[in-house]
Amino acid sequence: MRFFGTKPTVNWLGYKKIGYAFSGSLILLTIVVLIASGGLKYGIDFAGGTLVQVKFKTAPQINEVRAAVDVTGMGGDIQQFGEPVDILINIRPKEQKGENATQEVVAALESKFGKDSFTVERTEIVGPKVGKDLTIKALLAVLYSLIGILIYLAVRFEFRFATTAIIAIIHDTIITLGALAITGREFSLPVLAAILTVIGYSLNDTIVVFDRVRENLRLKRNMELPDLVNGSVNETLSRTIITSGLTLLTVIALFVFGGEVLHDFSFTLLVGIGFGTYSSVFIASALLIDWPGTTTQKLSLSIRKN
Amino acid sequence: MMDRTLVWRFLLIGVITAAALYAALPLQKKIKLGLDLQGGMHLVYEVQTEKAVEMTVARTAEDFRGTLEKAGITPLGVKAEAEKITIDLAQQSDLEGLRAAAKEFGEIEEQKSESAGMKAVYAITGERAKAIRQHAVDQALETLRNRIDQFGVSEPVIQRQGENRILIQLAGVKDPERAKSLIKTTARLEFRLVDEDASIAKAMQGDVPPHLELLYEYRKDANTGKTEAGVPLLVEKNILLGGESLSEADVRIDQQFNEPYVSIGFDSEGARRFGEVTGKYVKRRMAIVLDGKVHSAPVIREKIEGGKAQITGSFTAEQAHDLAIILRAGALPAPLELMEERSVGPSLGADSIRDGLLACAYGAVAVVLFMMMYYRVGGLIANLALTLNVVILAGMMGYMEATLTLPGIAGMALTIGIAVDANVLIYERLREELSYGKTIRAAVDAGFNRAFLTIIDTHVTTLITAIVLFQFGTGPLKGFAVTLTIGLLASLFTAVFVSRSMFSLILSNRKVDRISV
Repeated sequence: MRFFGTKPTVNWLGYKKIGYAFSGSLILLTIVVLIASGGLKYGIDFAGGTLVQVKFKTAPQINEVRAAVDVTGMGGDIQQFGEPVDILINIRPKEQKGENATQEVVAALESKFGKDSFTVERTEIVGPKVGKDLTIKALLAVLYSLIGILIYLAVRFEFRFATTAIIAIIHDTIITLGALAITGREFSLPVLAAILTVIGYSLNDTIVVFDRVRENLRLKRNMELPDLVNGSVNETLSRTIITSGLTLLTVIALFVFGGEVLHDFSFTLLVGIGFGTYSSVFIASALLIDWPGTTTQKLSLSIRKN
Repeated sequence: MMDRTLVWRFLLIGVITAAALYAALPLQKKIKLGLDLQGGMHLVYEVQTEKAVEMTVARTAEDFRGTLEKAGITPLGVKAEAEKITIDLAQQSDLEGLRAAAKEFGEIEEQKSESAGMKAVYAITGERAKAIRQHAVDQALETLRNRIDQFGVSEPVIQRQGENRILIQLAGVKDPERAKSLIKTTARLEFRLVDEDASIAKAMQGDVPPHLELLYEYRKDANTGKTEAGVPLLVEKNILLGGESLSEADVRIDQQFNEPYVSIGFDSEGARRFGEVTGKYVKRRMAIVLDGKVHSAPVIREKIEGGKAQITGSFTAEQAHDLAIILRAGALPAPLELMEERSVGPSLGADSIRDGLLACAYGAVAVVLFMMMYYRVGGLIANLALTLNVVILAGMMGYMEATLTLPGIAGMALTIGIAVDANVLIYERLREELSYGKTIRAAVDAGFNRAFLTIIDTHVTTLITAIVLFQFGTGPLKGFAVTLTIGLLASLFTAVFVSRSMFSLILSNRKVDRISV
């Protein structure tokens, strides 16, 4: 079985201007949304605070839960978490009182609803120091992996390949963050892991195309660069579609069946991998052709030097 | 006939598979579940080492005052603040004597002298402060280990994290509040004399004589069982005997009131000292102070020989039991500050593992079916390689005693995706080579060789992020990075080596001139 009987000959890079405009407006939208909403909504891991997740026997009124929590003097976000019987109470660090905050919330719920009407499923307290440490660590993790990748690609390919690949990654990361902001999702530890995975994945796609470009640079030294790159995209297209399709399939399985805890994680992957596939063509490959003064001859020369 | 190298290849694959199965089976025993999957508590505390330094400086200041008085110098005041000791002198001529005494005393060094020699500032040496901080964390670890061991939690994790943090993981704790208080209590036990002559009224207004301290005694009302408001007491700062002299602590039940109390016994030196002070201060009240709270302040009726005492107070049976554990395990050298607490109930953990594995299974089934349909024989080989990938992943996790966490399961799902990608890369290349009219043998060679380069590049770049994640990640991120890293390595092996060997095996039959991919 195959999807493509003959080799596809779509002129992908002929649409690169539309691609630039599309990406540019999404990035702009992300910036606008981030400014309008006052930045990303950081989860408890980064912002610190207290979280209590309880499972009621029968679905309670959110208002009543709120009234019970208010008794403790700590205001918090109260929301459903998946099923109506699952309630998540999120107390911001400013309002949190002391190291026994979770026990106080549980005690308040017990006195309002009775001891046997719910079970405590999960509690978390993250001190402000830990959150700050983690934020720094997370930024460093992203930075170091970018540097590592840049070095590896510059050695294995060439700096123009490395730079455009990194720009494509940054593009994917920004748009993924935008999707998080627009859907009001929190930037949590699992989301960070997902973004790092997206970085790795988006890069995979770019590398597969670039690898073919590198191969063709050796074989077709007389071809114009745009045609050569476009040909490489077409030659790897079936692989790209199959792999991205299969990966999206597993991610969709995680999204649908993986439970509430993995929801944001798989959402981030879904968006990121989608854009990662797109960016390997419309950002990384397109920028490679548009790199000032770059021709097939120049690229194949510097590739051979490496 | 299979050629020689092929035999070796399959022997290697067989050995690795067997080793992986051995390391992974039975799964329930070999793969440890993280706290997020089996339920439990994850706590991170920071040892407030500055407090340990402060306490030492305060004690040193008192000792130094004693040294000065012996040398015939009576200072107006000796004040300890953070790492500094400030001494106000009565007369300028004392400065020389003070310097001599300080030299003799050791431990502290002069910082500066002000106001024409009427004031001297000393501090403990930087090395000593560093040693105190270091020791505080070590001792806190030791103490917490003792306490938790006696509390009876199976396989607790108690580790130092960074410079002065301690990570504690307790599986299956039913009462998180009780566990936390057992860990957190400093348990500084002191026997100090009560001063009944000084005015409590004045002290309440802030006028406390320098050698005394205003503390509160909390008593339980015999009728209501409620703890009453504290009764103020003026207690001497001088500690007659401390918790370090304890040798035993047990829960007993009071016959008369049927109330639990903690019976303590001193070591031989402590017992001697206890006999001595009780003999010396008959008729005075002795306060038993635990973490700055007076538990009781009985009148000493007679000299107490044998080194036994009781701590009574408003205890429940549970509290008395835990206090006995804490006293046996010893005091914490410095207070702990809670940095992080995560606890997951057992039912949520079970839900998570079910959902996560179910999602992985659905994803895997979809992938396997697609590969079979799309690549036929090639798909079958890829699926075998994929299965082996999961087996190796499980084996490595069992061997490394890694814990499986929920993000770890997500990492597994992702690994499957990456392993599939490697196979897809190979087969697409193979098809392309075949379309150029190459024979199957030449196409397999070219396909694997060309795809290998791409696979290396994609795997290495993902490995870079996985390793960075492992270095920087805490808890949940680490679990994700571990499975991703192992999975990537396994995928390199299965996609390149195992698939290739299987193709070679089929092609070693000379009659085969095509394979459907």
